Amino acid sequence: MIRIGSILQTNWDWRAAGNFMFGGTGSGMLLLLVIAFYPAAPPLLVELVALGLVGLGLFLVWLEIGRPWRAINVLFHPQTSWMTREAFVAMVTFGLALAGIVLQTPWIIAAAGIAGLGFLFCQGRILHASKGIPAWREPSIVALIMSTGLAEGAGALLALMILAGVQTPSWLAYTFITLLAVRVLAWGTYRGALAASNAPPAALAALAGVSRVFLLLGNVVPAAMIGLSIFFPQHINTLAVLAGIFAVLAGWNVKFTIITRAAQVQGYAFGKLQKGHPLAKKAA
Amino acid sequence: MTRYVMIADLRRCVGCQTCTAACKLTNATPPGVQWRKVLDIELGEYPNVERIFMPVGCQHCEDPPCMHVCPSTATGQRADGIVTIDYDICIGCAYCAVACPYQARYKVDKPSYAYDTGPTPTENKRFDEARLGVAQKCTFCSDRVDSGKAKGLVPGVDPEATPACVNACIADALHFGDLEDMESNVSELLTENTYFQMHTELNTKPGFYYLWDKERS
Repeated sequence: MIRIGSILQTNWDWRAAGNFMFGGTGSGMLLLLVIAFYPAAPPLLVELVALGLVGLGLFLVWLEIGRPWRAINVLFHPQTSWMTREAFVAMVTFGLALAGIVLQTPWIIAAAGIAGLGFLFCQGRILHASKGIPAWREPSIVALIMSTGLAEGAGALLALMILAGVQTPSWLAYTFITLLAVRVLAWGTYRGALAASNAPPAALAALAGVSRVFLLLGNVVPAAMIGLSIFFPQHINTLAVLAGIFAVLAGWNVKFTIITRAAQVQGYAFGKLQKGHPLAKKAA
Repeated sequence: MTRYVMIADLRRCVGCQTCTAACKLTNATPPGVQWRKVLDIELGEYPNVERIFMPVGCQHCEDPPCMHVCPSTATGQRADGIVTIDYDICIGCAYCAVACPYQARYKVDKPSYAYDTGPTPTENKRFDEARLGVAQKCTFCSDRVDSGKAKGLVPGVDPEATPACVNACIADALHFGDLEDMESNVSELLTENTYFQMHTELNTKPGFYYLWDKERS
């Protein structure tokens, strides 16, 4: 296909990227936090950090919109807009999480975690619906956004709970490693599908540019650190905190790249030649 | 039923940009915003090169992705197929801009003028604050279409009811009309010529047809 004028989009910048970075980590963290402590209420400080990250992401989006005082209009189109759905799910997530903190009701706390997962899903679908950007509309981006959000959430949770002196469930480290493996798989699938879909070369190059750092520092090294902690139990906390931080930063770097550097537009193209009146063909 | 579409005959377009200028004058778009523009494309390799001019802009898709993603319902679609933006509802999130595969949408956050010295008298007169911070794009000159129809005129045939870019075209390369009317100018052109639509693989069903006779894809 001849592609003409495929330039980098500039409508969504670091502020939009911030929503996917912080919102993804926060929502993934909230889900795992709820699972870690269910049926009890999670530690307030850690839960507030998770919600704060989601809130920070949404705040950054608010900073980006052209008419911020009309922001409430974002709720007008749940029928088809994933942005509207994300806004609704965010409200539900905050509502349930805060209600869970106050009421300490197990099912409300659990529902808040599930809503967090829903928020993450909406983020993936927002990108997938962006038909003008080949690197975003690729269907496997949903799995990538969800898997990295969960991996970042697990890493952030691990680091934060250790730093806050909260007892960490033993399965969290294994879950973290599993999620790292899943996101490596999702990353490979995403890049492979994108290359096969004739995406703009500049987008592929931008993703290739961060791939090695992402795979090594963001996934292999954190997994190795968790593995090493078995042999160096005296350093287990330091290694786990570093592993978590590495995983989070690598995920943010990838999402920042996808939103701001791999976002070449579709460009213009010649289509396949057709003959005959379009409606006559449709009727036939 | 009515379905307004535009046709660009690439065999006739000379790339004069008169349509671009007419659009800017009619719609008072600021510098850098071109609801209608003409691409200057060079194809092939020396010595077999070819220069083609391709008018582009909002394709007024039958299934517009910009409308589906719009969280505020500011982007809508009329019964005649024209895709619209309600500037009073739009929040300026630019989701529509990244959803559009045709680079047709613009967002301008601050007033900008042709000269550094400030707005010209015309720019001053035609400045529209409602367009700041929101999405904007080609309207198929829907106001002209509507006012013309109200006078009993036929869009695409009578200039007063026809988009400014089509009226301005010096090469008779741009055409506008009702696709549902099998006797219309656009129906005749599409019946008698080969044509393509852009990015049909995305299933947007664009309302913009390019008359062309060489396979390029």
